[in-house]
Amino acid sequence: MTDTDIATTKTQLDVEHIKQDFPLLSKGFHGESIAYLDSAASSQRPTCVIDAMSGYYNYSHANVHRGVYKLAEEADRLYENARITTGKFVGAPDPAREIVFTKNATEAINLIAYSWGMHRLSEGDVVVVTEIEHHANLVPWIMLHKERGIELRVIPMRDDYLLDLDNLEEIVDGAKLVACTLMSNVLGTIPPFKKIADAAHSAGAIVVADGAQLVPHAHVDVKELDCDFLAFSGHKMLGPTGIGVLWGKAELLDSIPPFIGGGGMILDVKFEGIVPAEIPTRFEAGTPPIAEAVGLTAAIEYLDNIGMNNIFHHDAELTAYTIDSLKNTFGRDITIMGPDTTENRGGVISLALKDIHPHDLAQVLDESNVCIRAGHHCAKPLMRRLGTSATARASFYLYNDTSDADRLIEALSKAASIFG
Amino acid sequence: MSSSGLEDLYREIILDHYRNPRNRGSMEVPPSQRVEAYNPLCGDEVIVYLLEKNGVLEDVRIEGQGCSISQSSASLMSAAVKGKTIEETRQIISDFKKLMSIHESKLEDGTDDAQMDIDMDAMGELAALQGVVRFPVRIKCAILAWNALAQGLDEISGSSPDEPRQVEK
Repeated sequence: MTDTDIATTKTQLDVEHIKQDFPLLSKGFHGESIAYLDSAASSQRPTCVIDAMSGYYNYSHANVHRGVYKLAEEADRLYENARITTGKFVGAPDPAREIVFTKNATEAINLIAYSWGMHRLSEGDVVVVTEIEHHANLVPWIMLHKERGIELRVIPMRDDYLLDLDNLEEIVDGAKLVACTLMSNVLGTIPPFKKIADAAHSAGAIVVADGAQLVPHAHVDVKELDCDFLAFSGHKMLGPTGIGVLWGKAELLDSIPPFIGGGGMILDVKFEGIVPAEIPTRFEAGTPPIAEAVGLTAAIEYLDNIGMNNIFHHDAELTAYTIDSLKNTFGRDITIMGPDTTENRGGVISLALKDIHPHDLAQVLDESNVCIRAGHHCAKPLMRRLGTSATARASFYLYNDTSDADRLIEALSKAASIFG
Repeated sequence: MSSSGLEDLYREIILDHYRNPRNRGSMEVPPSQRVEAYNPLCGDEVIVYLLEKNGVLEDVRIEGQGCSISQSSASLMSAAVKGKTIEETRQIISDFKKLMSIHESKLEDGTDDAQMDIDMDAMGELAALQGVVRFPVRIKCAILAWNALAQGLDEISGSSPDEPRQVEK
């Protein structure tokens, strides 16, 4: 995402209309209207995604890659079409070869850690992460530290919840790989990824982007980011669970061995050894998530139709509105753990109200059918940095509007009175 | 989707024990036993110190941090078992766990058999935690301190001296 993209056309989202595409949001949970503010954990999905998947299962299902009959060809076509659609969505230069479908973003990052990391890294090699990463982009590297003896360096966070890049060049000096989120799932912080990628490349490192949070909410282009790998998940971007995406530069993917072994990922098998398949099927052992790929295609078409820049602006406006309301309503009683601007942050608000424990907050909010998440958000090192064990987090998407934010504030007031 | 559930969960006794926890603090180890219990998912933490003499829990202290349910339950527990014998304490633990396993639907009808042979009068203030069963996710919060207590008793009795002292619920 670049500044020029942000500056281009903005169309206000018609949220009332959008909600109609999501039965849970238009008809309610057991008949009660809910404010769903947990899309950073998992989004809801529009009916068109479910229809696409059930249409596939009802009329087009066969296994891919092996059949000669028309039905199997149709399944093949749908699955490979999903690859093209997904690749184009993130600006992949060669979508047919560069998109690997995985189980989720976590598996996509693990694929890099194993197929690239286990073969390219040895004792003493340096991998750089940041202090604001989700466990998905931390644990695989910490495991490599244990198993391969690599050195793990950390780009720290400043007190204003942005990354401290003062010593960036020193930190990435001599690194083989730099892994950074495009947006924090706790703070909403959007790091200056291109700057980090440039420094990493100058140092000779490859760059991994964890796009699980930003890809669903903004225009993301792998060429503009200048990353070497990008990982993201289907279920956070209106698609189904059970599918994740790894984009990698073709020459990089082509240079690394398989991750998981099995059917579909080989050219030949003898008892003495295997000949792996070409990319991307080399990385897709076993029957892939075909229906999920069909659903993801429908989700991407839905998002494209609304426009990623419009979604990003919608999130930003709603976030600004909510932060203002929180401060006006609760004053010094509210702490917002995230950047104070909307330029470098997305629609995720981690907050603390007085000293009410996040789980108590979430419990009281649930009574008003306001769904937020409370916990460490799979970012324990960041929690330690914040000096807490958990936060309460509200996160927005294209189907949220100011009425959801108002319900959040009202329910927080109720919690404040119970624990006052 | 109950409307009265929240008042049931956050009863005044519970909020009182949360705001003014009883028996807060630590004790020297030994002579006391120290057991930690964590909820790795939400970060609740309870540390229980037990001082036993001649089969009686002479003193109980609680440290830790977490949500109102985990911390108030620890406080209520300390008040309930302090001065009790090991056997009496085991009975209270057993009754409390029964209380936490009563199905929500049985709570509604309030019949005697719904209480599953628990002497509710003997439960005293602990009965205030009954409302937690309406919120299954929070039962783990309520039971955290009790798991630590149970392990502490086992260690005092020497029935599992080699077991690690950390409990995860």
